[in-house]
Amino acid sequence: MSGVIGQAVSRIDGPAKVTGSAHYSGEIALPGLAYAEIVGARVASGRITSIDTAQAEDAEGVAGILTHLNMPKVNNVPLLPSLIGGPAPGETFFPMQDDVVHYAGQPVAIVVADGLEQAQHAATLVQISYAETPSITTIDQGRADAYEPEKIFGGLMPAQTRRGNVEDGFAAADLLIDAPFRFAANHHNPIEALTTTAVWDGDQLTLYDSCQGIKAVQLTVAALLGLSPSKIRVLTRYVGGAFGAKAMVWPHVTLTALAAQYVRRPVRLALPRGQMFTSCGHREEQEQHIELGATSDGKLTAIRHHKISITSPFDDWAEPAFGVASQLYACPGFEGVHRLVRGNTMTPTFTRGPGEAVGVFTLECAMDELASELGIDPIELRLRNITDVDPNTGHPWSSYGLRECFERGARRFGWAGRNPQPRSERHGNWLIGTGMATAGYPIAFFMHTQRARAHLYADGTAIVQTATQEFGTGTSTVMTQVAADGLGIGLRDVRFEFGDTDLPNAGSPVGSNGAMMVSAAVHNAATAVRDQLITLAVSDSQSPLHGADPAGVVVAGGRMTLAGDANTGETYSSLMQRHIMSDAEAIGSWDPPPLDTPHGLLTFGAQFARVAVDADLGIIRVRHMVGAFAPGRVLNPKTARSQLMGGMLWGMSQALLEGTHMDTRHGRWANASLGDYLVPVNADAPDVDVELIEVEDHVTGPLGVKGVGEIGQVGAAAAIANAVYHATGYRVRELPIAVEHLLAHLPSGPASAAAGAQPDLT
Amino acid sequence: MQITMTVNGVSHTRDVEARLLLIHFLRDELRLTGSHWGCDTSNCGACVVWLDETPVKSCTVLAAMADGRRVRTVEDLARGGRLDPVQQGFAECHGLQCGFCTPGMMMTARWLLDHHPDPSVAEIREALSGQLCRCTGYENIVRSVRWASEHEAAQPAGGDGGTGRQAGER
Ligand code: FES
Ligand code: FES
Repeated sequence: MSGVIGQAVSRIDGPAKVTGSAHYSGEIALPGLAYAEIVGARVASGRITSIDTAQAEDAEGVAGILTHLNMPKVNNVPLLPSLIGGPAPGETFFPMQDDVVHYAGQPVAIVVADGLEQAQHAATLVQISYAETPSITTIDQGRADAYEPEKIFGGLMPAQTRRGNVEDGFAAADLLIDAPFRFAANHHNPIEALTTTAVWDGDQLTLYDSCQGIKAVQLTVAALLGLSPSKIRVLTRYVGGAFGAKAMVWPHVTLTALAAQYVRRPVRLALPRGQMFTSCGHREEQEQHIELGATSDGKLTAIRHHKISITSPFDDWAEPAFGVASQLYACPGFEGVHRLVRGNTMTPTFTRGPGEAVGVFTLECAMDELASELGIDPIELRLRNITDVDPNTGHPWSSYGLRECFERGARRFGWAGRNPQPRSERHGNWLIGTGMATAGYPIAFFMHTQRARAHLYADGTAIVQTATQEFGTGTSTVMTQVAADGLGIGLRDVRFEFGDTDLPNAGSPVGSNGAMMVSAAVHNAATAVRDQLITLAVSDSQSPLHGADPAGVVVAGGRMTLAGDANTGETYSSLMQRHIMSDAEAIGSWDPPPLDTPHGLLTFGAQFARVAVDADLGIIRVRHMVGAFAPGRVLNPKTARSQLMGGMLWGMSQALLEGTHMDTRHGRWANASLGDYLVPVNADAPDVDVELIEVEDHVTGPLGVKGVGEIGQVGAAAAIANAVYHATGYRVRELPIAVEHLLAHLPSGPASAAAGAQPDLT
Repeated sequence: MQITMTVNGVSHTRDVEARLLLIHFLRDELRLTGSHWGCDTSNCGACVVWLDETPVKSCTVLAAMADGRRVRTVEDLARGGRLDPVQQGFAECHGLQCGFCTPGMMMTARWLLDHHPDPSVAEIREALSGQLCRCTGYENIVRSVRWASEHEAAQPAGGDGGTGRQAGER
């Protein structure tokens, strides 16, 4: 190993991105390009009774309009096997196949014109009448008909998690905590809207699509259109953020391809920001109810954790709330149950930290209540309950590090000596509070074979390729490091090539698995080339390495030498020239361990927050966040830290800002814009410190990587909510926490005497 | 209607629709795709360019309103093959992930440093708060601007240096 893994290498894509020369999917120059605009349904439920496109067709520049009356029929494609490596439609429903409207914003027409403004204008001229029927768009409206699905999360997970006997556990408890929580829906809102450009050449389709997985796009569009995957090529290098919105393949991608076929021209569709709220899924509105039982010395005896949420008419989708929440603590009894309400929304989808970011919030706020009730320090309470084995299976963790996360995080934050009394610190008009939470995120092994190709030239430079894409995580930088390390050549001598479905297969990086799975394939390809050349050298009588044990040969800077004897050896170049080889090549592949691997699989961390709450106005400012994480091996501390800091700000945003609210009169989102859907701006951001604790992991691929994409968010909102309690003495059990929740419970507020009373949310 | 504007020092005359926004004119007409579009409500700031000497959200400006004026975009930050210190700072300090917000952030940052060469962290945060980044958590963006400020202080710009230029000047 050349040591380039683990270095804080600056982003390889930095120069392209700071000069504006990195091209995203809406920036491909094509002759004859036309622009598409989707018309979304105005009502949330009903039928289209008439649709008149005459006026729109006559508008200047219009090239064609598709509605359910002339849209070709597509195949039905199930949600599974989805991101395991097959087609991955975001919902089983495909629009414009008939006159039924299931949710507001559902595409009912697509207008194509020469110019963007022409398409936008013509879309307003399409006349549609509806026979509207009553809609259900909130949990409250559908609660009476809630049901228990068999599976959730697109069929990936069971809807229930149980171990031991919760009733026995509650009977053995000295203290019970019973806490209901409510969570507004969230929308991902990457700054680049979902954008597709479709070009047909005969029966060959090329797509430029802002997605998390070009292979998933290829396979999904192929399945829907009944085309062979070999007829579809997806070319996407740079994607402007994703966060789950671009993991599944949503209908507009295929609609764009069909529109391009219809008008016989290349077509581009960039979703307007407003349509981003009805086109690419969301984190569903949900309620969670948690009950904890514990002994007086703080040992958990039982956890009952129920969730109810709203899904679409077609799919049983809920984020899994009890993966991590059932695994963090050695509690003998656990019961987790998901219930669903069918409503008139599109199918929800993965949103950063899917499920776990909310489930862990609930658990960690309840743990804070327990710590307060028992008068035990919150970290100490957790230390009394954490476990070296996965409590659901009894298997040891593949690697751990949680104790070190508490220790290092607490030290960095200055937790020691904290006064546990709420409202114990005040600076001027600001009530100061601190809080912490445990973080965990699953390591998901649901991908299939990952492949990469390494191609080394006789001059010692290499091209390493795989069909992944860069949506900001730093994969192109990190994979260059991994390839250089595996080949034993310099960083500058490697070009990492990606963003083309014609390259060897890589899965969609979701669930924080990108670094792990792609690096495993890249590493295996690179070391396969290295091993080929070492084998050749030791069997070559003209090589200084002749007769050496291949395992005793190391490579650095393109030179193979005996380990411990840098003078004996030769370069790849000299060996290859002697053998008249212009290049060497290998495909590397990697399969995840079996799903029943005898290991507990989580990444661990600890989150800390300091907040200031205005004693009169209830305004909350987060002053400082510290996150300590143990993500296995850190391939590049610069990219890893950046991912984690970004995730922690998502946690802050989840706690205090983000919520999409339904206008039930119309069944439409009431705040579908970046002006009304609040996300943090620079001045909202606190100081953020990240501690990285490297732990060795021999289960998660050849490099021992666990992942950093989502754990930064998990627990962060709970640390903030717990800090808000510590500052004010009042527990808000609703996200996002807003000024209006606190106003009545502040020192100078009207009901200050009631501070500490619990809200009634049942 | 016919309009003429100087973009990054080059004069362009085009026939455009009155309703065409400056951001789309730059991206689709002139193929200067470094400036991005991200919302319809002038909230995200991915589209920030300079109109004459001032950063503007180019999605709130009609192309026709830029008639006779100078526009400067991210493509004009680097000169003579040398990155502007702001660009170097963002690349060096990991002030970006997906990079979609980056050109807009840098155009505002360049303006800030031209007028306040040594901004505090709070001043940087405030100046860049009209623009959204969904990826980085902002911390590294602040560091990137500080990096540029410190490097400019250490190496005062020469003739083609980083500060005090007029939009569209070569
Ligand atoms: S595109 Fe969002 S502010 Fe201009
Ligand atoms: S780097 Fe992705 S939005 Fe800022």
